Amino acid sequence: MAPVLPVASVAPAPLEGQKRSSRSVYLLLIPGLAWLAVFFVIPLLTLFMTSLQKESATKPGTYVFGIQVSNYVDALSEYWPQFVRSFVYAGLATLIALVIAYPLAYFIAFKAGSWRSLMLVLVVAPSFASFLLRTYAWKTILADEGPVTSTLNALHLLPDGRVLNTGIAVVAGLTYTFLPFMILPLYASLDRMDYRLIEAGGDLYASPVKVFSRVTWPLSMPGVVAGTLLTFIPAAGDFINAELLGSAKDRMIGNVIQTNFIEFRDYPTASALSFVLMAAILILVFGYIRRSGTEDLV
Amino acid sequence: MRWIRKNLVGAIAVLVLIYLFIPIAVVIAFSFNQPDSKFNLSWNEFSLDAWSQLCGVPGVCSSFLTSVQIGLITTLIATVLGTMIAFALVRYRFRGRTSTNLLIFMPMATPEVVMGSSLLALFLNLRFPLGTVTVMIAHVMFIISFVVVAVKARLQGMDPRLEEAARDLYAGPAATFRHVTFPLVLPGIVGAALLGFSLSFDDFIISFFNAGTLVTFPIYIWGAAQRGIPPQVNALASLVFIAALAIVLGAQLVSWRRRRALASR
Repeated sequence: MAPVLPVASVAPAPLEGQKRSSRSVYLLLIPGLAWLAVFFVIPLLTLFMTSLQKESATKPGTYVFGIQVSNYVDALSEYWPQFVRSFVYAGLATLIALVIAYPLAYFIAFKAGSWRSLMLVLVVAPSFASFLLRTYAWKTILADEGPVTSTLNALHLLPDGRVLNTGIAVVAGLTYTFLPFMILPLYASLDRMDYRLIEAGGDLYASPVKVFSRVTWPLSMPGVVAGTLLTFIPAAGDFINAELLGSAKDRMIGNVIQTNFIEFRDYPTASALSFVLMAAILILVFGYIRRSGTEDLV
Repeated sequence: MRWIRKNLVGAIAVLVLIYLFIPIAVVIAFSFNQPDSKFNLSWNEFSLDAWSQLCGVPGVCSSFLTSVQIGLITTLIATVLGTMIAFALVRYRFRGRTSTNLLIFMPMATPEVVMGSSLLALFLNLRFPLGTVTVMIAHVMFIISFVVVAVKARLQGMDPRLEEAARDLYAGPAATFRHVTFPLVLPGIVGAALLGFSLSFDDFIISFFNAGTLVTFPIYIWGAAQRGIPPQVNALASLVFIAALAIVLGAQLVSWRRRRALASR
């Protein structure tokens, strides 16, 4: 999972200089959009159909067409704790990522000077190393006898006396994995901001806190929203961090979907859960679109 | 106190960058470890074995090559398709713009587990055999959007007067495209292709759902995580990391030199 360069997701789309619609534009669009329609949209419809299938009466373990809405009821009543946990873990990770990404994005946008492009490369660079291996490396870093755990234990900060195989490690891992997704949109929106506005705030004797809360923060809102979406969504669906860094008590909805699909082959349950996750995400995305339109999405 | 206040943001920024690199330091360091158990999780003894015998463990190098192949082919397809869409979005006004934007955005906003499972649902219902083809189809699907974003940014940043100048100098549409537009957009396309390759090469979740018995490099790592990851995997991942970093820093250096050369002219 490499970080996206969502820098452009907050760039304005200049409409002047565009040619009027001609038929040839569809020749450019159709191949790629057809690929997305066939291998993204249709699979989602298939997923929905699969989520309503019922078990075959003649061949147990196989599923046939049906409209079994109870699949959803069953799946949700059995797995709602994992759903809640996914949203809590992803929410915590997003919040922590926002708090630590903001100073870095601010520094790169306004203070880095000639170091700016090098620092941006350094933000993206970690994703050149395998995402699975980096997550696995946290197992070493957070190990029970390791430096992190012993320091936190010396300060009596850990209720269980350990980090690895607890929810703390999962949230830490999620924060780490998706941090670049928060940094880049924040940087993009801060970079578009006129630094003179911040200076003006200071010139008018506003305290640094007040300048931040009344000028910088509101103006960086597009980046905050984009970064929050791009961090929260993949974090809520992730199962790698929970699998490698957590215990059986820290399973997230991604783990449930994965095991039900690939190990238990309980396709209707897995599809129902996957579809509910998609629906929850869609609500978030449409909330964003109602606020900002679609032109800045891509 | 004033010094701290003045440099607080910078200090946090540096700490966050260090934090981003801690796991990478561990990955590289443990490629030089001689693990004392089958799990390469705690430091035992310095060794160059993994580096001198990169393919010494069965399956490592073949899965690595599988990922390289899949990455090259999917990047080529996705870059062509995505670049075409980016041109359409920046250069034309057309009906269906909103749905196009949405269709491009949704794969980036959908959790990988949903995309992986829904494609698997499709392939299962069609009884389509899982393997290299299904993994490549899946990769192209989720990479197109990132290519569109990267190329679109480059196109929007282009000075339209350069193309107008070409037309003023009696270049036809084809010549303008070949000699002006395309060379100017090329860095964006190359960047998009590099991003696409790294996304494909490192993708685990979507591939895992649709691979069947095919073993890509990330799928190999996932399997090995249960029974112990050999240090060869760390060595190969370190090589990829260093190569990618060298390419990006090299490109930065070239554009920095060019800008300085232009400025001093």
